[in-house]
Amino acid sequence: MAPEDADQGLAQKIFYFHVPIALTAYACFGWGAYKALLLLWRKEERYDLESYVAVHQGTIFGALTLATGSIWAKASWGHWWLWSENQLVLFLVLFLFYSAYFMLRFSIEEGPRRANISAVYALFGIVLVPVSFLAIRLAENVIHPTVFTLDGPQMTGTMFFTFCVAWIAVTALAYALYRVELLGKRLDSNLRELREALTT
Amino acid sequence: MSSGEKYLAAAYTIIFLTVLVYVAIIAAKLARLERETAELAALAQARRHEHG
Repeated sequence: MAPEDADQGLAQKIFYFHVPIALTAYACFGWGAYKALLLLWRKEERYDLESYVAVHQGTIFGALTLATGSIWAKASWGHWWLWSENQLVLFLVLFLFYSAYFMLRFSIEEGPRRANISAVYALFGIVLVPVSFLAIRLAENVIHPTVFTLDGPQMTGTMFFTFCVAWIAVTALAYALYRVELLGKRLDSNLRELREALTT
Repeated sequence: MSSGEKYLAAAYTIIFLTVLVYVAIIAAKLARLERETAELAALAQARRHEHG
């Protein structure tokens, strides 16, 4: 069992799901951009839905990152949000950028044009992921802690083990939700086609 | 309950509720798809009887 943090106490345990959720959000956006690239490259329609579902998952996990991060910030720093923190602001920018993806997508009529424009947008957004991730390491004056450095994880073995278990669990949850949502959307699309064929 | 415990419980609750709402939405959608599949199956069967 991971020990209680001497400085932050129980509130530090938010770390075990806040960081895995943030990493999963990055991974989802990355996966969405990868599928978008495949769509533009191979011109296969299925990649559009896969990219959309991944971005949708990333946005949900991004919202959870902001919510849990804000609670942790209040517990540790005494503030819900600090605009002076690059890491926080850049993650918010990333989240808002991908939130706007849905506005763009649903403002265009369904078809190849919508798929291509959505794919290009999803690809542009991926640039923000490494910027957001590295911001904490490049910034000079930060409150946001840097736990993973070039010297390895700055925590005890049991803490790191707990973190890894939590990370695997959150990744598995994200993957399961991705598959279920994708299955539902594909089924919906196939049923629509079938209905059109039967009623005409 | 200490303030650390309260914040930890709040963070857990938010995650739990988000996943719960998400699963409920997916479940509702799958139930709708099940109903539509049954409707289409009935429609296809009616068509088959009409034609033969």
